[in-house]
Amino acid sequence: MIARMIQLSESAVTVEFGDTIDLRTNELVLAFTTAVDQAGIPGFMEVVPTYRCATIYFDALLTDAATIMKNLQTLTVNAAGAPSRPPLTHTIPVWYGGAAGPDLPNIARQAGLTPEEAGELHASITYRVFMLGFSPGFPYLSSVPAPLATPRLPTPRKLVAAGSVGIAGTQTGIYPQASPGGWRIIGRTPVVLFDLHRPKPFLLAPGDQVRFVAIEEEEFKQLAGDQA
Amino acid sequence: MPTKHPLIHVLHPGLFTTMQDLGRSGYQRFGVSQSGAMDPWALRVGNRLLGNPDGAAGLEITIQGPELLFEQALTIAITGADLSPTSNGLAFPMWTVVAMQAGSRIQFGMRRQGARAYLTVSGGISGPMTLGSLATHVRSGVGGLAGRAVKKWDQLSVGTSAPMAAQSIGRFLPEQFRPRYVASPTVRVMPGPQFDYFTDDAVRLFTSSPYRVTTESDRMGYRLEGAELAHRASAEIVSEAVCVGSLQVPSNRQPILLMADCQPTGGYAKLATMIGADRSRAAQLAPGDSLLFRVISAQKAFELFRSNHAELDRILPPCRS
Repeated sequence: MIARMIQLSESAVTVEFGDTIDLRTNELVLAFTTAVDQAGIPGFMEVVPTYRCATIYFDALLTDAATIMKNLQTLTVNAAGAPSRPPLTHTIPVWYGGAAGPDLPNIARQAGLTPEEAGELHASITYRVFMLGFSPGFPYLSSVPAPLATPRLPTPRKLVAAGSVGIAGTQTGIYPQASPGGWRIIGRTPVVLFDLHRPKPFLLAPGDQVRFVAIEEEEFKQLAGDQA
Repeated sequence: MPTKHPLIHVLHPGLFTTMQDLGRSGYQRFGVSQSGAMDPWALRVGNRLLGNPDGAAGLEITIQGPELLFEQALTIAITGADLSPTSNGLAFPMWTVVAMQAGSRIQFGMRRQGARAYLTVSGGISGPMTLGSLATHVRSGVGGLAGRAVKKWDQLSVGTSAPMAAQSIGRFLPEQFRPRYVASPTVRVMPGPQFDYFTDDAVRLFTSSPYRVTTESDRMGYRLEGAELAHRASAEIVSEAVCVGSLQVPSNRQPILLMADCQPTGGYAKLATMIGADRSRAAQLAPGDSLLFRVISAQKAFELFRSNHAELDRILPPCRS
Protein backbone atom coordinates (compact mmCIF):
# COMPACT_ATOMS: atom_id res chain seq x y z
CA MET A 1 0.00 0.00 0.00
CA ILE A 2 2.86 2.38 0.87
CA ALA A 3 4.59 3.20 -2.42
CA ARG A 4 7.66 4.91 -0.96
CA MET A 5 8.96 6.54 2.21
CA ILE A 6 11.46 9.37 2.05
CA GLN A 7 13.02 11.69 4.60
CA LEU A 8 11.99 15.33 4.29
CA SER A 9 14.25 16.49 7.14
CA GLU A 10 15.89 15.13 10.32
CA SER A 11 12.46 15.31 11.90
CA ALA A 12 10.03 14.54 9.07
CA VAL A 13 9.27 11.54 6.86
CA THR A 14 7.00 11.65 3.81
CA VAL A 15 5.00 8.52 2.99
CA GLU A 16 3.82 8.30 -0.62
CA PHE A 17 0.78 6.29 -1.72
CA GLY A 18 0.79 7.04 -5.44
CA ASP A 19 1.80 9.58 -8.04
CA THR A 20 -1.46 11.18 -9.07
CA ILE A 21 -4.46 13.11 -7.85
CA ASP A 22 -7.11 10.43 -7.49
CA LEU A 23 -9.78 9.42 -5.04
CA ARG A 24 -8.38 5.98 -4.17
CA THR A 25 -4.89 7.33 -3.34
CA ASN A 26 -6.29 10.18 -1.26
CA GLU A 27 -8.58 7.83 0.66
CA LEU A 28 -5.52 5.74 1.53
CA VAL A 29 -3.70 8.89 2.68
CA LEU A 30 -6.57 9.86 4.99
CA ALA A 31 -7.01 6.35 6.39
CA PHE A 32 -3.28 6.23 7.07
CA THR A 33 -3.45 9.68 8.73
CA THR A 34 -6.19 8.47 11.07
CA ALA A 35 -4.12 5.39 11.93
CA VAL A 36 -1.02 7.51 12.63
CA ASP A 37 -3.06 9.87 14.83
CA GLN A 38 -4.26 6.95 16.92
CA ALA A 39 -1.06 4.89 17.01
CA GLY A 40 0.73 6.72 19.83
CA ILE A 41 4.12 6.38 18.13
CA PRO A 42 6.86 7.57 20.53
CA GLY A 43 8.15 11.03 19.53
CA PHE A 44 5.28 11.61 17.07
CA MET A 45 4.34 15.29 16.72
CA GLU A 46 1.94 15.75 13.82
CA VAL A 47 0.87 14.34 10.49
CA VAL A 48 0.12 16.39 7.37
CA PRO A 49 -2.04 14.61 4.78
CA THR A 50 -1.83 15.89 1.20
CA TYR A 51 -3.12 14.61 -2.18
CA ARG A 52 -0.97 11.49 -2.36
CA CYS A 53 1.28 11.66 0.71
CA ALA A 54 1.22 11.83 4.48
CA THR A 55 4.15 13.61 6.11
CA ILE A 56 4.94 12.63 9.68
CA TYR A 57 6.76 15.13 11.92
CA PHE A 58 8.57 13.81 14.97
CA ASP A 59 10.89 14.95 17.74
CA ALA A 60 14.36 13.92 16.54
CA LEU A 61 15.66 14.15 20.11
CA LEU A 62 13.34 11.31 21.13
CA THR A 63 13.37 9.11 18.04
CA ASP A 64 14.85 8.94 14.54
CA ALA A 65 13.71 8.50 10.96
CA ALA A 66 14.58 4.79 10.76
CA THR A 67 12.53 3.98 13.87
CA ILE A 68 9.62 6.10 12.66
CA MET A 69 9.68 4.39 9.25
CA LYS A 70 9.64 0.98 10.95
CA ASN A 71 6.67 2.10 13.09
CA LEU A 72 4.82 3.34 10.03
CA GLN A 73 5.61 0.23 8.02
CA THR A 74 3.97 -2.01 10.64
CA LEU A 75 0.98 0.26 11.21
CA THR A 76 -2.35 -1.46 10.75
CA VAL A 77 -4.43 0.71 8.49
CA ASN A 78 -8.08 0.06 8.10
CA ALA A 79 -8.76 1.46 4.64
CA ALA A 80 -12.39 1.94 5.62
CA GLY A 81 -11.29 3.27 9.03
CA ALA A 82 -13.23 5.97 10.77
CA PRO A 83 -11.72 9.41 10.10
CA SER A 84 -11.22 11.85 12.99
CA ARG A 85 -14.67 13.19 12.12
CA PRO A 86 -17.18 11.89 9.59
CA PRO A 87 -16.98 13.69 6.21
CA LEU A 88 -19.47 16.52 5.77
CA THR A 89 -21.07 17.97 2.67
CA HIS A 90 -20.91 21.77 2.51
CA THR A 91 -22.95 24.06 0.29
CA ILE A 92 -20.91 27.12 -0.66
CA PRO A 93 -22.73 30.03 -2.36
CA VAL A 94 -20.60 31.80 -4.98
CA TRP A 95 -21.04 35.08 -6.82
CA TYR A 96 -19.52 34.16 -10.19
CA GLY A 97 -17.88 36.67 -12.54
CA GLY A 98 -18.20 40.45 -12.43
CA ALA A 99 -15.97 42.19 -9.92
CA ALA A 100 -15.79 38.94 -7.94
CA GLY A 101 -14.35 36.82 -10.77
CA PRO A 102 -12.00 38.78 -13.03
CA ASP A 103 -10.68 35.65 -14.76
CA LEU A 104 -14.08 34.08 -15.52
CA PRO A 105 -14.56 35.76 -18.96
CA ASN A 106 -11.21 34.42 -20.24
CA ILE A 107 -11.80 30.92 -18.93
CA ALA A 108 -15.32 30.95 -20.42
CA ARG A 109 -14.08 32.16 -23.83
CA GLN A 110 -11.42 29.46 -23.90
CA ALA A 111 -14.09 26.87 -23.15
CA GLY A 112 -16.47 28.30 -25.78
CA LEU A 113 -19.00 29.26 -23.10
CA THR A 114 -20.58 32.42 -21.78
CA PRO A 115 -19.38 33.48 -18.32
CA GLU A 116 -22.77 32.44 -16.90
CA GLU A 117 -22.44 28.98 -18.43
CA ALA A 118 -18.88 28.64 -17.15
CA GLY A 119 -20.11 29.48 -13.63
CA GLU A 120 -22.93 26.95 -13.96
CA LEU A 121 -20.48 24.31 -15.16
CA HIS A 122 -18.20 24.96 -12.17
CA ALA A 123 -21.19 24.60 -9.83
CA SER A 124 -22.52 21.50 -11.59
CA ILE A 125 -20.51 18.87 -9.74
CA THR A 126 -19.64 17.88 -6.18
CA TYR A 127 -15.98 18.31 -5.27
CA ARG A 128 -13.86 16.45 -2.77
CA VAL A 129 -11.60 18.32 -0.31
CA PHE A 130 -8.35 16.47 -1.05
CA MET A 131 -6.26 18.52 1.33
CA LEU A 132 -5.85 21.83 3.13
CA GLY A 133 -2.69 23.88 2.68
CA PHE A 134 -1.13 27.14 1.46
CA SER A 135 -2.87 29.20 4.16
CA PRO A 136 -5.19 28.46 7.12
CA GLY A 137 -8.32 26.67 5.88
CA PHE A 138 -7.43 26.81 2.15
CA PRO A 139 -9.07 23.72 0.50
CA TYR A 140 -7.70 21.96 -2.56
CA LEU A 141 -10.78 20.67 -4.40
CA SER A 142 -10.77 18.39 -7.44
CA SER A 143 -11.46 18.03 -10.22
CA VAL A 144 -13.04 20.82 -12.27
CA PRO A 145 -14.89 19.83 -15.48
CA ALA A 146 -12.24 19.55 -18.24
CA PRO A 147 -13.25 22.68 -20.23
CA LEU A 148 -12.55 24.84 -17.15
CA ALA A 149 -9.05 23.50 -16.42
CA THR A 150 -6.62 26.43 -16.77
CA PRO A 151 -3.02 26.87 -15.60
CA ARG A 152 -2.10 29.35 -12.87
CA LEU A 153 -1.49 33.00 -13.81
CA PRO A 154 2.06 33.54 -15.10
CA THR A 155 2.50 36.26 -12.45
CA PRO A 156 0.55 35.88 -9.21
CA ARG A 157 -1.70 38.76 -8.12
CA LYS A 158 -0.39 40.80 -5.21
CA LEU A 159 -3.79 40.66 -3.55
CA VAL A 160 -6.70 38.25 -3.88
CA ALA A 161 -9.84 39.08 -1.88
CA ALA A 162 -10.97 36.84 0.97
CA GLY A 163 -13.52 34.27 -0.22
CA SER A 164 -12.19 34.25 -3.80
CA VAL A 165 -12.80 31.01 -5.68
CA GLY A 166 -10.00 30.08 -8.07
CA ILE A 167 -8.87 27.50 -10.58
CA ALA A 168 -5.34 26.09 -10.96
CA GLY A 169 -5.06 23.29 -13.51
CA THR A 170 -7.76 20.75 -12.65
CA GLN A 171 -7.97 22.00 -9.06
CA THR A 172 -10.32 24.57 -7.63
CA GLY A 173 -9.92 26.28 -4.28
CA ILE A 174 -11.10 29.08 -2.02
CA TYR A 175 -8.89 31.78 -0.48
CA PRO A 176 -10.06 31.98 3.16
CA GLN A 177 -8.22 35.27 3.70
CA ALA A 178 -6.99 38.11 1.51
CA SER A 179 -3.54 37.11 0.29
CA PRO A 180 -1.28 37.11 -2.75
CA GLY A 181 -2.20 34.32 -5.15
CA GLY A 182 -1.71 32.86 -8.61
CA TRP A 183 -4.97 30.93 -9.12
CA ARG A 184 -7.44 32.19 -11.77
CA ILE A 185 -10.25 33.89 -9.88
CA ILE A 186 -13.77 33.09 -11.10
CA GLY A 187 -15.96 34.19 -8.18
CA ARG A 188 -16.27 34.89 -4.49
CA THR A 189 -18.12 33.34 -1.55
CA PRO A 190 -19.34 35.13 1.58
CA VAL A 191 -18.76 31.93 3.59
CA VAL A 192 -15.95 32.29 6.14
CA LEU A 193 -13.66 29.24 5.97
CA PHE A 194 -11.33 30.20 8.80
CA ASP A 195 -12.30 32.08 11.96
CA LEU A 196 -10.27 31.82 15.15
CA HIS A 197 -13.24 33.02 17.18
CA ARG A 198 -15.36 30.00 16.31
CA PRO A 199 -15.20 26.88 18.47
CA LYS A 200 -14.19 25.06 15.28
CA PRO A 201 -11.97 27.55 13.43
CA PHE A 202 -11.76 25.49 10.22
CA LEU A 203 -14.96 24.90 8.23
CA LEU A 204 -13.59 22.17 5.95
CA ALA A 205 -11.58 19.00 6.56
CA PRO A 206 -9.90 16.63 4.10
CA GLY A 207 -12.42 14.10 2.81
CA ASP A 208 -15.35 16.55 2.99
CA GLN A 209 -17.56 17.27 -0.04
CA VAL A 210 -18.24 20.74 -1.42
CA ARG A 211 -21.12 21.87 -3.64
CA PHE A 212 -21.07 25.38 -5.08
CA VAL A 213 -24.31 27.27 -5.68
CA ALA A 214 -24.40 30.36 -7.90
CA ILE A 215 -25.77 33.54 -6.29
CA GLU A 216 -26.17 37.11 -7.54
CA GLU A 217 -24.09 40.08 -6.42
CA GLU A 218 -26.99 41.36 -4.34
CA GLU A 219 -27.33 38.15 -2.38
CA PHE A 220 -23.57 37.98 -1.90
CA LYS A 221 -23.59 41.43 -0.35
CA GLN A 222 -26.51 40.56 1.87
CA LEU A 223 -24.88 37.35 3.09
CA ALA A 224 -21.48 39.00 3.52
CA GLY A 225 -23.14 41.84 5.43
CA ASP A 226 -24.93 39.44 7.76
CA GLN A 227 -21.60 38.06 8.85
CA ALA A 228 -19.87 41.40 9.41
CA MET B 1 -8.80 39.16 34.58
CA PRO B 2 -6.47 40.99 36.93
CA THR B 3 -3.91 43.14 35.11
CA LYS B 4 -1.05 42.67 37.53
CA HIS B 5 1.33 41.54 34.82
CA PRO B 6 4.31 43.83 34.53
CA LEU B 7 4.20 45.77 31.29
CA ILE B 8 6.64 46.65 28.57
CA HIS B 9 5.61 49.71 26.54
CA VAL B 10 6.57 49.96 22.90
CA LEU B 11 7.79 53.53 22.29
CA HIS B 12 8.99 52.69 18.79
CA PRO B 13 8.37 49.34 17.06
CA GLY B 14 11.57 49.09 15.01
CA LEU B 15 11.55 47.62 11.51
CA PHE B 16 9.72 44.36 12.22
CA THR B 17 9.36 43.09 15.77
CA THR B 18 7.17 40.07 16.51
CA MET B 19 6.33 37.87 19.45
CA GLN B 20 7.76 34.38 18.85
CA ASP B 21 8.15 31.13 20.73
CA LEU B 22 9.20 27.74 19.34
CA GLY B 23 6.17 27.61 17.05
CA ARG B 24 2.84 25.78 16.84
CA SER B 25 2.43 22.10 16.22
CA GLY B 26 -0.58 20.12 15.07
CA TYR B 27 -2.28 22.57 12.72
CA GLN B 28 -0.24 22.24 9.54
CA ARG B 29 -2.89 19.85 8.21
CA PHE B 30 -5.31 22.80 8.29
CA GLY B 31 -2.90 25.04 6.39
CA VAL B 32 -1.50 26.80 9.47
CA SER B 33 2.24 27.49 9.48
CA GLN B 34 4.45 26.42 12.37
CA SER B 35 6.10 29.86 12.72
CA GLY B 36 8.18 30.50 15.84
CA ALA B 37 11.67 31.97 16.13
CA MET B 38 13.69 32.07 12.90
CA ASP B 39 16.74 31.32 15.07
CA PRO B 40 15.40 28.92 17.71
CA TRP B 41 18.92 28.42 19.14
CA ALA B 42 19.23 32.10 20.08
CA LEU B 43 15.73 32.15 21.64
CA ARG B 44 16.51 28.98 23.61
CA VAL B 45 19.76 30.42 24.95
CA GLY B 46 17.98 33.58 26.13
CA ASN B 47 15.32 31.53 27.89
CA ARG B 48 17.79 29.15 29.50
CA LEU B 49 19.97 32.01 30.79
CA LEU B 50 16.86 33.46 32.45
CA GLY B 51 15.64 30.18 33.89
CA ASN B 52 12.61 30.11 31.57
CA PRO B 53 11.35 27.01 29.77
CA ASP B 54 12.84 26.79 26.25
CA GLY B 55 9.55 27.66 24.61
CA ALA B 56 8.79 30.88 26.52
CA ALA B 57 7.87 33.69 24.14
CA GLY B 58 10.25 36.55 23.45
CA LEU B 59 10.51 39.35 20.92
CA GLU B 60 12.14 38.66 17.58
CA ILE B 61 13.78 41.90 16.49
CA THR B 62 14.70 42.32 12.83
CA ILE B 63 17.64 44.45 11.64
CA GLN B 64 16.44 47.73 13.24
CA GLY B 65 15.42 47.35 16.85
CA PRO B 66 12.55 48.92 18.78
CA GLU B 67 12.58 51.29 21.72
CA LEU B 68 11.00 49.78 24.82
CA LEU B 69 10.09 51.16 28.23
CA PHE B 70 9.91 48.84 31.25
CA GLU B 71 7.13 49.91 33.58
CA GLN B 72 8.32 47.66 36.35
CA ALA B 73 11.62 46.05 37.28
CA LEU B 74 12.26 43.06 35.00
CA THR B 75 15.07 40.67 34.26
CA ILE B 76 15.92 40.33 30.57
CA ALA B 77 18.51 39.03 28.11
CA ILE B 78 19.26 39.87 24.49
CA THR B 79 20.65 37.11 22.28
CA GLY B 80 21.14 36.52 18.56
CA ALA B 81 22.12 39.39 16.27
CA ASP B 82 24.14 42.27 17.68
CA LEU B 83 22.00 45.31 16.86
CA SER B 84 23.91 47.56 19.29
CA PRO B 85 21.42 47.51 22.16
CA THR B 86 21.70 50.25 24.77
CA SER B 87 19.98 50.78 28.07
CA ASN B 88 19.50 54.37 29.23
CA GLY B 89 22.35 55.36 26.92
CA LEU B 90 24.81 52.68 28.05
CA ALA B 91 25.87 49.65 25.99
CA PHE B 92 23.74 46.64 26.93
CA PRO B 93 25.70 43.38 27.09
CA MET B 94 24.65 40.63 24.66
CA TRP B 95 24.00 37.03 25.84
CA THR B 96 23.80 38.23 29.48
CA VAL B 97 21.02 38.41 32.07
CA VAL B 98 20.47 42.00 33.20
CA ALA B 99 18.09 43.39 35.83
CA MET B 100 16.21 46.37 34.42
CA GLN B 101 14.86 48.95 36.84
CA ALA B 102 11.34 50.29 36.65
CA GLY B 103 11.24 53.16 34.16
CA SER B 104 14.35 52.04 32.28
CA ARG B 105 14.54 51.84 28.49
CA ILE B 106 16.11 49.67 25.82
CA GLN B 107 17.08 51.02 22.42
CA PHE B 108 18.94 49.58 19.48
CA GLY B 109 21.40 51.08 17.03
CA MET B 110 23.63 49.92 14.24
CA ARG B 111 23.51 46.34 12.99
CA ARG B 112 26.92 44.87 13.78
CA GLN B 113 26.38 41.16 13.21
CA GLY B 114 23.44 38.98 12.23
CA ALA B 115 19.89 40.08 11.41
CA ARG B 116 17.60 38.87 14.20
CA ALA B 117 17.96 39.56 17.90
CA TYR B 118 15.82 38.00 20.64
CA LEU B 119 14.72 39.90 23.70
CA THR B 120 13.70 37.40 26.34
CA VAL B 121 12.34 38.25 29.76
CA SER B 122 12.10 36.33 32.98
CA GLY B 123 8.62 34.78 32.97
CA GLY B 124 8.33 35.17 29.19
CA ILE B 125 6.14 37.57 27.21
CA SER B 126 2.59 36.47 27.95
CA GLY B 127 -0.71 36.71 26.16
CA PRO B 128 -3.58 34.61 24.87
CA MET B 129 -2.45 31.47 23.06
CA THR B 130 -3.66 31.01 19.50
CA LEU B 131 -3.86 27.36 18.40
CA GLY B 132 -1.48 26.40 21.18
CA SER B 133 1.23 29.02 20.69
CA LEU B 134 2.10 32.69 21.02
CA ALA B 135 4.10 32.71 17.78
CA THR B 136 3.08 35.44 15.32
CA HIS B 137 2.29 34.59 11.69
CA VAL B 138 1.64 37.99 10.18
CA ARG B 139 0.61 36.74 6.74
CA SER B 140 -2.43 34.90 8.14
CA GLY B 141 -2.97 37.14 11.17
CA VAL B 142 -2.45 34.30 13.62
CA GLY B 143 -0.87 34.56 17.08
CA GLY B 144 1.18 37.20 18.91
CA LEU B 145 -0.46 40.57 19.32
CA ALA B 146 -3.63 40.37 17.20
CA GLY B 147 -1.68 38.47 14.58
CA ARG B 148 0.58 41.39 13.69
CA ALA B 149 4.01 42.87 14.36
CA VAL B 150 4.24 45.15 17.40
CA LYS B 151 3.47 48.82 16.86
CA LYS B 152 3.91 52.08 18.72
CA TRP B 153 2.14 52.21 22.12
CA ASP B 154 1.57 48.48 22.28
CA GLN B 155 1.80 47.07 25.78
CA LEU B 156 3.37 43.68 26.27
CA SER B 157 2.61 41.78 29.43
CA VAL B 158 5.07 39.50 31.12
CA GLY B 159 4.37 36.17 32.80
CA THR B 160 5.31 35.05 36.28
CA SER B 161 9.03 34.53 36.79
CA ALA B 162 10.45 31.18 37.76
CA PRO B 163 11.11 31.01 41.53
CA MET B 164 14.89 30.99 41.03
CA ALA B 165 14.85 33.88 38.53
CA ALA B 166 16.72 36.34 40.76
CA GLN B 167 19.69 33.98 40.81
CA SER B 168 20.07 34.28 37.06
CA ILE B 169 21.09 37.96 37.14
CA GLY B 170 24.57 38.33 35.68
CA ARG B 171 24.55 34.87 34.09
CA PHE B 172 26.00 34.91 30.59
CA LEU B 173 26.89 32.67 27.68
CA PRO B 174 30.69 32.35 27.72
CA GLU B 175 32.42 34.09 24.82
CA GLN B 176 33.70 30.90 23.18
CA PHE B 177 30.14 29.58 22.74
CA ARG B 178 28.71 32.73 21.16
CA PRO B 179 28.05 32.29 17.46
CA ARG B 180 29.82 34.56 14.99
CA TYR B 181 27.28 35.36 12.31
CA VAL B 182 28.92 35.80 8.94
CA ALA B 183 27.46 37.34 5.78
CA SER B 184 28.39 34.41 3.53
CA PRO B 185 28.11 31.20 5.56
CA THR B 186 28.30 27.64 4.31
CA VAL B 187 25.07 25.86 5.09
CA ARG B 188 24.73 22.08 5.00
CA VAL B 189 21.79 20.40 3.34
CA MET B 190 20.54 16.85 2.93
CA PRO B 191 19.05 15.64 -0.36
CA GLY B 192 15.39 16.64 -0.74
CA PRO B 193 12.47 14.40 -1.78
CA GLN B 194 12.84 15.46 -5.44
CA PHE B 195 16.65 15.48 -5.59
CA ASP B 196 16.44 13.29 -8.71
CA TYR B 197 14.25 15.89 -10.48
CA PHE B 198 17.41 17.91 -11.11
CA THR B 199 20.19 17.51 -13.67
CA ASP B 200 23.70 16.51 -12.61
CA ASP B 201 24.79 19.98 -13.67
CA ALA B 202 22.23 21.55 -11.34
CA VAL B 203 23.52 19.54 -8.38
CA ARG B 204 27.12 20.50 -9.23
CA LEU B 205 26.27 24.22 -9.58
CA PHE B 206 24.18 24.19 -6.42
CA THR B 207 27.15 23.07 -4.34
CA SER B 208 29.87 25.09 -6.06
CA SER B 209 28.54 28.61 -6.48
CA PRO B 210 27.14 31.19 -4.05
CA TYR B 211 23.46 32.11 -3.78
CA ARG B 212 22.55 35.65 -2.86
CA VAL B 213 19.67 36.48 -0.50
CA THR B 214 17.46 38.88 -2.49
CA THR B 215 15.25 41.65 -1.12
CA GLU B 216 12.27 39.32 -1.69
CA SER B 217 13.11 37.51 1.51
CA ASP B 218 11.24 37.41 4.76
CA ARG B 219 10.21 35.06 7.56
CA MET B 220 8.36 32.89 5.03
CA GLY B 221 11.41 32.23 2.88
CA TYR B 222 14.42 33.62 1.09
CA ARG B 223 14.29 34.00 -2.67
CA LEU B 224 17.87 33.23 -3.68
CA GLU B 225 19.72 34.30 -6.80
CA GLY B 226 22.58 32.40 -8.37
CA ALA B 227 23.47 29.78 -10.97
CA GLU B 228 20.33 28.35 -12.62
CA LEU B 229 19.23 24.96 -11.33
CA ALA B 230 17.72 23.05 -14.24
CA HIS B 231 15.06 20.38 -13.81
CA ARG B 232 15.26 17.20 -15.87
CA ALA B 233 11.60 17.67 -16.78
CA SER B 234 8.98 19.58 -14.82
CA ALA B 235 9.46 21.94 -11.88
CA GLU B 236 5.97 21.23 -10.58
CA ILE B 237 4.79 18.32 -8.46
CA VAL B 238 1.47 17.37 -6.95
CA SER B 239 1.31 19.59 -3.82
CA GLU B 240 2.76 17.94 -0.73
CA ALA B 241 4.29 18.91 2.61
CA VAL B 242 7.27 21.26 2.70
CA CYS B 243 9.23 22.16 5.81
CA VAL B 244 11.51 24.81 7.26
CA GLY B 245 14.76 24.43 5.35
CA SER B 246 13.19 23.05 2.16
CA LEU B 247 14.89 24.34 -0.99
CA GLN B 248 12.14 24.63 -3.59
CA VAL B 249 13.04 25.39 -7.18
CA PRO B 250 10.22 26.82 -9.34
CA SER B 251 10.44 26.92 -13.14
CA ASN B 252 12.55 30.10 -13.06
CA ARG B 253 15.35 27.80 -11.75
CA GLN B 254 16.18 30.06 -8.79
CA PRO B 255 15.88 28.35 -5.39
CA ILE B 256 13.68 29.48 -2.52
CA LEU B 257 14.87 28.58 0.97
CA LEU B 258 11.79 28.12 3.16
CA MET B 259 12.00 29.59 6.65
CA ALA B 260 9.97 29.68 9.88
CA ASP B 261 6.72 31.08 8.44
CA CYS B 262 6.64 28.79 5.41
CA GLN B 263 3.31 27.43 4.23
CA PRO B 264 2.77 23.75 5.18
CA THR B 265 2.50 22.52 1.57
CA GLY B 266 3.97 23.41 -1.79
CA GLY B 267 3.92 22.36 -5.42
CA TYR B 268 7.54 22.85 -6.52
CA ALA B 269 10.30 20.26 -6.66
CA LYS B 270 12.48 20.27 -3.55
CA LEU B 271 16.17 19.84 -4.30
CA ALA B 272 17.39 19.74 -0.71
CA THR B 273 16.60 20.44 2.94
CA MET B 274 18.84 22.68 5.02
CA ILE B 275 19.82 20.81 8.18
CA GLY B 276 18.42 21.92 11.53
CA ALA B 277 21.89 22.50 12.99
CA ASP B 278 22.58 25.23 10.41
CA ARG B 279 19.25 27.02 10.71
CA SER B 280 20.70 29.78 12.90
CA ARG B 281 23.30 30.70 10.29
CA ALA B 282 20.60 31.17 7.66
CA ALA B 283 18.24 32.96 10.07
CA GLN B 284 20.88 35.61 10.73
CA LEU B 285 21.23 36.63 7.07
CA ALA B 286 19.90 39.86 5.56
CA PRO B 287 19.20 40.70 1.90
CA GLY B 288 22.50 41.08 0.07
CA ASP B 289 24.20 38.33 2.10
CA SER B 290 24.93 35.02 0.42
CA LEU B 291 24.99 31.29 1.08
CA LEU B 292 27.15 28.37 0.01
CA PHE B 293 25.58 24.92 0.14
CA ARG B 294 27.21 21.61 0.97
CA VAL B 295 25.35 18.30 0.68
CA ILE B 296 25.66 15.78 3.50
CA SER B 297 23.76 12.56 4.19
CA ALA B 298 20.49 12.42 6.11
CA GLN B 299 22.28 10.29 8.72
CA LYS B 300 24.97 12.95 9.19
CA ALA B 301 22.27 15.64 9.40
CA PHE B 302 20.60 13.66 12.18
CA GLU B 303 23.88 13.23 14.09
CA LEU B 304 24.56 16.97 13.85
CA PHE B 305 21.02 17.74 15.04
CA ARG B 306 21.57 15.58 18.13
CA SER B 307 25.11 16.86 18.86
CA ASN B 308 24.00 20.48 18.39
CA HIS B 309 21.33 20.02 21.06
CA ALA B 310 23.65 18.02 23.32
CA GLU B 311 26.24 20.79 23.16
CA LEU B 312 23.69 23.41 24.21
CA ASP B 313 22.50 21.14 27.06
CA ARG B 314 26.09 20.86 28.25
CA ILE B 315 26.69 24.64 28.21
CA LEU B 316 23.26 25.60 29.53
CA PRO B 317 21.07 22.79 30.85
CA PRO B 318 17.36 23.21 30.09
CA CYS B 319 15.18 24.60 32.84
CA ARG B 320 12.13 22.89 34.24
CA SER B 321 9.18 25.24 34.26
